[in-house]
Amino acid sequence: MIKLENLTKLYGSFVAVDDISLHVPRGALFGCLGPNGAGKTTTLRMIAGILRPSGGRVLLGGDDVHQHPLVAKQRLGFIPDRPFVYDKLTGAEFLRFVAGLYGQEGETVERRIAELLEVFELTSWKDELVEAYSHGMRQKLIISSALIHRPEVIVVDEPMVGLDPKAARLLKDIFRQFVQKGGTVLMSTHTLEVAEAMCDRVAIIQHGKIVAAGTVAELRQQHKAGDASLEELFLKLTGGAHARELAEVLGGGDR
Amino acid sequence: MKQPSLWHVLQPKWRTALQRLREERAGGGGKLVILTLVGAGFWAAVFGILYAMLRYFRGVEDLGPLLAGKLLGIALLSFVSILVLSNVITALSSFFLAKDLDLLVSAPVDWLRLYLAKLGETLLHSSWMVALMAVPIVAAYGVVYHAGPLFYGYALLTLIPLLVLPAVVGSAVTLILVNVFPARRTRDLLSIVALGAAAGVILLFRLIRPEQLARPEGFRNLLDFITLLRAPTSPFLPSEWASRAIMNYLREIVDPLPLILLWTTAGAFVVAGAALHRGLFASGYTKAQEGAERFVRGVFWRWTVGTLLRPLPVAKREFVLKDIKLFFRDTTQWSQLILLAVLVVVYLFNIQALPLHRGEPVGFFYVSLVSFLNLGLAGFVLASIAARFIFPSVSLEGRQMWLLRSSPLDLKALLWSKYWVGTVPLLVLALLLTSLTNLLLKVTPFMMAVSLIAMSALTLAIAALALGFGALYPQFETENAAQIPTSFGGLVFMMATITLLGAVIVSLWQAVYTYVRAVYEGRPVVVDAWMLFWFAVAAALCAAATVIPLRIGLRKMESFEF
Repeated sequence: MIKLENLTKLYGSFVAVDDISLHVPRGALFGCLGPNGAGKTTTLRMIAGILRPSGGRVLLGGDDVHQHPLVAKQRLGFIPDRPFVYDKLTGAEFLRFVAGLYGQEGETVERRIAELLEVFELTSWKDELVEAYSHGMRQKLIISSALIHRPEVIVVDEPMVGLDPKAARLLKDIFRQFVQKGGTVLMSTHTLEVAEAMCDRVAIIQHGKIVAAGTVAELRQQHKAGDASLEELFLKLTGGAHARELAEVLGGGDR
Repeated sequence: MKQPSLWHVLQPKWRTALQRLREERAGGGGKLVILTLVGAGFWAAVFGILYAMLRYFRGVEDLGPLLAGKLLGIALLSFVSILVLSNVITALSSFFLAKDLDLLVSAPVDWLRLYLAKLGETLLHSSWMVALMAVPIVAAYGVVYHAGPLFYGYALLTLIPLLVLPAVVGSAVTLILVNVFPARRTRDLLSIVALGAAAGVILLFRLIRPEQLARPEGFRNLLDFITLLRAPTSPFLPSEWASRAIMNYLREIVDPLPLILLWTTAGAFVVAGAALHRGLFASGYTKAQEGAERFVRGVFWRWTVGTLLRPLPVAKREFVLKDIKLFFRDTTQWSQLILLAVLVVVYLFNIQALPLHRGEPVGFFYVSLVSFLNLGLAGFVLASIAARFIFPSVSLEGRQMWLLRSSPLDLKALLWSKYWVGTVPLLVLALLLTSLTNLLLKVTPFMMAVSLIAMSALTLAIAALALGFGALYPQFETENAAQIPTSFGGLVFMMATITLLGAVIVSLWQAVYTYVRAVYEGRPVVVDAWMLFWFAVAAALCAAATVIPLRIGLRKMESFEF
């Protein structure tokens, strides 16, 4: 459903994404892991058609996002990591506007808006300007907006940031049901427990390249990690073992 | 505990400014050259006009220095009024809404350092333009009075407290207001009050007809005129002290009192401002975190504009509705309409006040000429309006561009919506302005038709230029829409529009001149190939200025990366 072919992104001479190829089949929940600055967000933004790749291509359901953007994007729901929305629209107006961008209107949309606001417990806020929403509420609104047109693919950058435990649990359930019904989810996350618990397959990205990909069990096998947790595997693959030295830096607490 | 220096507290600000400067330099010298040229041109024009006036004044016995002093007093008074208003608005951002406040307030920085740092920031942000404007004025006085190089240092010494005083007053007013209203409400309130006040000042200034001051024959006798000039506007106004200090120096009168008054008052005001800040800042800052608008139904627009736009595809319709709602819900945006209304009233008043309508009827030739030049002026007014409302529209989408780019919205539809949302009101205004002024001028039907058609074509082009340049020079990081038109891109847009207006008017004049001459000489009007050729040139210019900027803007938007 999502196919990346030799995807590359350069910022001047800096290689942010380096020749990535990846296939996420229909009905899969795929996780992208990696340290900060590894190129995950850049990759996801290229898939969503926000950034133009310097090389390679992105196919959504067989259509190139940059050659046939209108067809490809019709299948997509994108959830960014930072919830920037129009402050002077109300929650309901924002959802109606997004539905309009996908060519949808009328009673069906109104019902869908009511349904999504209900699910995310925003019904009592629907006629309030977004500027009054908290960070978490904005995030919930954006998630609702990504679902409003019933997409086939959801691309989501750091889905749990800003969500309370109840909303985080709800989102996990929504993603699981979405995938069970044949939808496809590609998400980037730093929360390794979330990735381990939810994702069918994961890819670990570092310095713009995929350094490992597969199910968590396959990764353990490939890297002879025994029954190590995904966190330990992640640290091993990304050289993050140095992070343990942090304990010495933060050791001031013993004074 | 050792406190950080003021310089250290302001470090992020000046380092950011330095970095921006470096980036500008790295981006090529073109921008700097244009800015320097425009700035130098503006300075030269102000200097030239003032130099000629002051030279004339110097030649007038007794009255000369009085007139020069009065002129300086008026200029400084208007500077102080503008500064108080702009400081009130700037202080709201720097003291209560700035992004660095959470860090500074949570750090162990004492209240006095915070006050002085933020006062300095407010002063710099609100006063730089006025300070630059003062340079050619001071230079003209210095040159005409052969004051020598020391004068400029002395003038600087006089002007510094004149900048500090409005900054302290503006910050204090904001501090009190924020304690009464939540900061975001205060922002709304202030933008309306400030723009209303500015509009009132402009209107008042125009309606009292300052040009009469330049015509002493309008007064009953010379004594009345001199009495008016001699009387200080108010002995308690710092602008009056500054003007006296400068004029005394120029006339070689030794009198340190005005300078002492300026500096001691400024010092006392800073102390009083700091005391007020100590008492009220904490509660004001807490209040600034609160307050947002509550329930909005928004059905009005859906019923009116929504119904009207029913035949359009849903994406375009929703986009237009969204733009209209955002505009009318953002006080900083719609409140600019107050200034716009004043601009239009002053414009019509000027046409009405033209000496054409006094005494005996004026020749057809002059009426036609004025009506023609009116096209240029009206075009300029429209360009300023387009710079305010259409130019920022692409920039304002910046933070939400992730949504538009990840959705199947065609960027052409986005540009289309933005273009028409801006153009339709502009066109209505343009036609209203042109027909009203032409009615006031009592022009012939032919001239009326030419003006209306030309103005419609120009409006379409001006709106396209505003949108195109807005996309070419976007300001995605600016939170205040009112600041976008004063950016470099805004300047380039105004220059391009003035060039277009000039070219179209020159072409049209070639065509219309044949007509005017024929009527003037009592010959029958013949529409010949020459006339048609120049009409075609004007039309082609407008068409090119409409299509090319929109195409370039679209291409630029396609390349935006977020």
